[in-house]
This record gives sequence, C-alpha cells and structure tokens, in this order.
Amino acid sequence: MADGVEVSDAMAVERTLAGDRDAYRVLVERHSRTVYRMAYRIMGNAHDAEDVVQESFLRAYQKLKQFEGNANFGTWVYRIAANYAIDRIRQRNADEARREIPNRPGEDSLEVDPLSQVRDMSPSPERLAGSAQLADRMKAALAELSPAERTAIVMRHWDGCGIEEIAAVLKSNSNATKNTVFRAVQKLRRALTPFLAGKEARAMGTEG
Amino acid sequence: MKHRTEEELIGYRDGETKERVEIAAHLKDCAECGQELARIEAIFAALDAMPVPDPGEDYGNRVWQRIAPRLGEKKPRWWETLFVPERLAALGGVVALVILAFVAGRWTRQPVPLRDQTDAAKVRERVLVVAVGDHLGRTEMVLMELENAPAQKGQKPIDISETQRRAGDLVEENRLYRQTALKEGDQAMVSTLDELERVLLDIANSPDELTPAAFETIRKRIEEQGLLFKVRVVKQGLDERKANPEAKPEENKPRGTERKKV
Repeated sequence: MADGVEVSDAMAVERTLAGDRDAYRVLVERHSRTVYRMAYRIMGNAHDAEDVVQESFLRAYQKLKQFEGNANFGTWVYRIAANYAIDRIRQRNADEARREIPNRPGEDSLEVDPLSQVRDMSPSPERLAGSAQLADRMKAALAELSPAERTAIVMRHWDGCGIEEIAAVLKSNSNATKNTVFRAVQKLRRALTPFLAGKEARAMGTEG
Repeated sequence: MKHRTEEELIGYRDGETKERVEIAAHLKDCAECGQELARIEAIFAALDAMPVPDPGEDYGNRVWQRIAPRLGEKKPRWWETLFVPERLAALGGVVALVILAFVAGRWTRQPVPLRDQTDAAKVRERVLVVAVGDHLGRTEMVLMELENAPAQKGQKPIDISETQRRAGDLVEENRLYRQTALKEGDQAMVSTLDELERVLLDIANSPDELTPAAFETIRKRIEEQGLLFKVRVVKQGLDERKANPEAKPEENKPRGTERKKV
C-alpha cells in the first residue's frame, strides 16, 4: 500500500477483505474528512464529531463483507456515520433530558434559545454584519432542531443527499422525510429571520 | 393573486416539487413571492456561513492511528448493533434467561415430576420479569419527561418529536409484553400495560409540535390516571421478584387471579 501507486477504493476494499488490514488505511485517510464535516454539523462539536468518525470506520470495517463491490465506499461509510450520529445525538439528548428535566433546552432556557438570544442582541446593522455572529446564530439554531431534522438538513443541504437516502437513515418514508426537511428550514428561518432582516433588506434594496 | 405557501417555495428551491413550471411562472409575476423566496434563500446562504473547523491535513492518519489497534476487536453480534449500550446488560440477561427457558423447556418435554415443570414456568416468568422491568424503566422516563416539563407560557409550540419517537418504539414493546403477561395470567400487569399503551399511542400519534394546551392535556392525563405511580409500583414489584425469585408476588397479583398452572 505504501508503494505510491494510487489505489482505488474498490481495490482497497478487496485487499482488506483478503486479509490486508493496512489496506483499510487508504479508505480511512481518503474519507475521514468528509465524514468529519457531516458529523460536526450534526453533532455540533469537534469531540463528538471525532467520536462519530472513529466509530463509523470501525463499524464499516466490521461490516465490510456486507459492502457490495459495485457501490461507492465513500457513500457507504457516510451512511454508516449518519446513522451512528443520529443515534448518538438522540442518546445525548435523552441523557441531557434526564439530567436537566426542569430546564430542557429549547424551551425556556435563555442560554440556548436563539430567539431569546436574538432579542438580547442589538439589531444595529454593524452588529448584524459579522459573519462570525451569523455562524454562531446558525449553530444555536441548528442545536434547537430535533436529531432527525438536524440530520436531514445536513444531509440535504450540505451533502446534497437524495430524499430516499435521507429517509433510509431516518428510518422513515419519503413524504415524512420531505416534511422533516421542510420543518427544519422553517425552524431555522424562524430563529434567524430577525437576525437576517437587516442584511436582507439591504441586499434586495427593499424594506424587507 | 393567490400567493404560494412557504412549503411550496421551500420545495421549489429544494427541487422537490411537481409544480416546478407553475411556481416558476408565478414567481415571474409575483414580486411578493419573489421576495419571500429571497428570504428563504438567505437562510440557505446563512447555513453556508457556518464554518466547520478544519481537522488538519493529517486528520485521516490520526483517525487511522486511533482505530488501527481496535480493528482486531471481535465484531459485535447482530443483536448488539440493534441496541444502545446501556440496554446491552439487560438484553444479555434476557438472552441468557431465554436459553435457560429453552433448556428447561426441553426437560419438561420428558414425563418428569411436576416440580421440574414448575421450574420451567418460573424461568419463563423470570424472563418476563426482567424484560418488562427494563421496558417499564424506559416508559417511566418518557412519562417523567412529560410530567416534569416546565409549564409553558404563551402559544410557543412545544417540540416533542424526540419523546414521540421513543414512545412509538415503546408501543410495540408494550404490546408484546402485554400479550405475554396475558398468557402468563398476570392481570395486574396486563391492566397497567393496557393503560400505558393508550397513553403511549396518544403521545406517538400526536403532532411533533404541540400547542401548550394540547401538551397540558397529555400531562394531565398522565397525572390523573396516576400512571407514573402505577408504573413505579409494578416496576418495584418486578425488581423485588428479580432480586428474590422465590418470593411470591402476591401484592402485584389481582385477587382471584392464578398463575397459569402447567
């Protein structure tokens, strides 16, 4: 594997299955960053995202015999990771709910409610202009989505996955998945509209 | 002019609409819907503004260093992948008991004394005790989350999608255990599981966003029926039976109900 020759995914899979464990390294090194980006967007922090990446590649290795040779390994491991991420985030939410039942995120918590945060902000255009602030707002708004909504919007918007592919990860049907994507966009919009209003009005040359 | 809904415009932007041509034509004539679409587009632009920290060029190598020593680990069995970690211990117990029940079942096929047959029944009962105990623990958690949720002010919808999903999973399990309890003749458990099923179904079939009033209705129902209390009583009885299998669960058995005689 270290001979400098570009090894295709299919060849690396074949060699791994034939017992060459190091062949799997090529696949890990090639696809880790893509999986990390998706995992970070779903999990919302680097620590959990790294955990998702490692666990997903371990699971993919253990299930490699089930991988169909004509499929795309990158897509396959991405799906394994998306499945694991949604399970992890549900588990994390359940653990947080158990620990903090009296003050669950997304309800009255001023600390995490993006709408409350937006109200606390000065709406001056100068403050709204910062893209870092916008990114923070978006992160908070994403954190408010349900695990299914967050997974759906990440897979759909950033990674361009088809509705059927997302539905398979969510263990749902196409119509319900379309609704999940719609709800996610709608919730993000509600959370971010006050923040975007100033920019938008300027960009469109209207009053908004 | 009839404006397009937000859902239609998001579907149009997302390429997920059968009315693509019609909506495109409408957008040419309707400045208001055009502005609405621009506002939606701004949300997607904002999504793109959210950066992901770069894990570094050698990230793949670091991942490999972390997982390489673990690649030799035994592949989990299929049932291990179906359950989250904290359920594995309980599940392992159930599987062991099922095997015991199977072995006991084989013994009881021979014309053996009544005592051996009773032992097999005890094993089956114990399987039910352990499995239902675990199920009730998780149901208790869902009910507690709803009952202890803070009171809502105003009309802000309450997202219960996560609780709803778990309730949906619990409904299926609940039905299975109810049938088993019915076969075992445990009427007290059947009755509690019956009540639980109705509430779990209500939760699972609710919209995933509830108005504060609808949320309050579900919560009141849990309170008025004393469901949490009933679950805890049955669960406590099961815990005691788990700890002391020889003890007869008289307090949990309804009067006049006998365990199935083998």
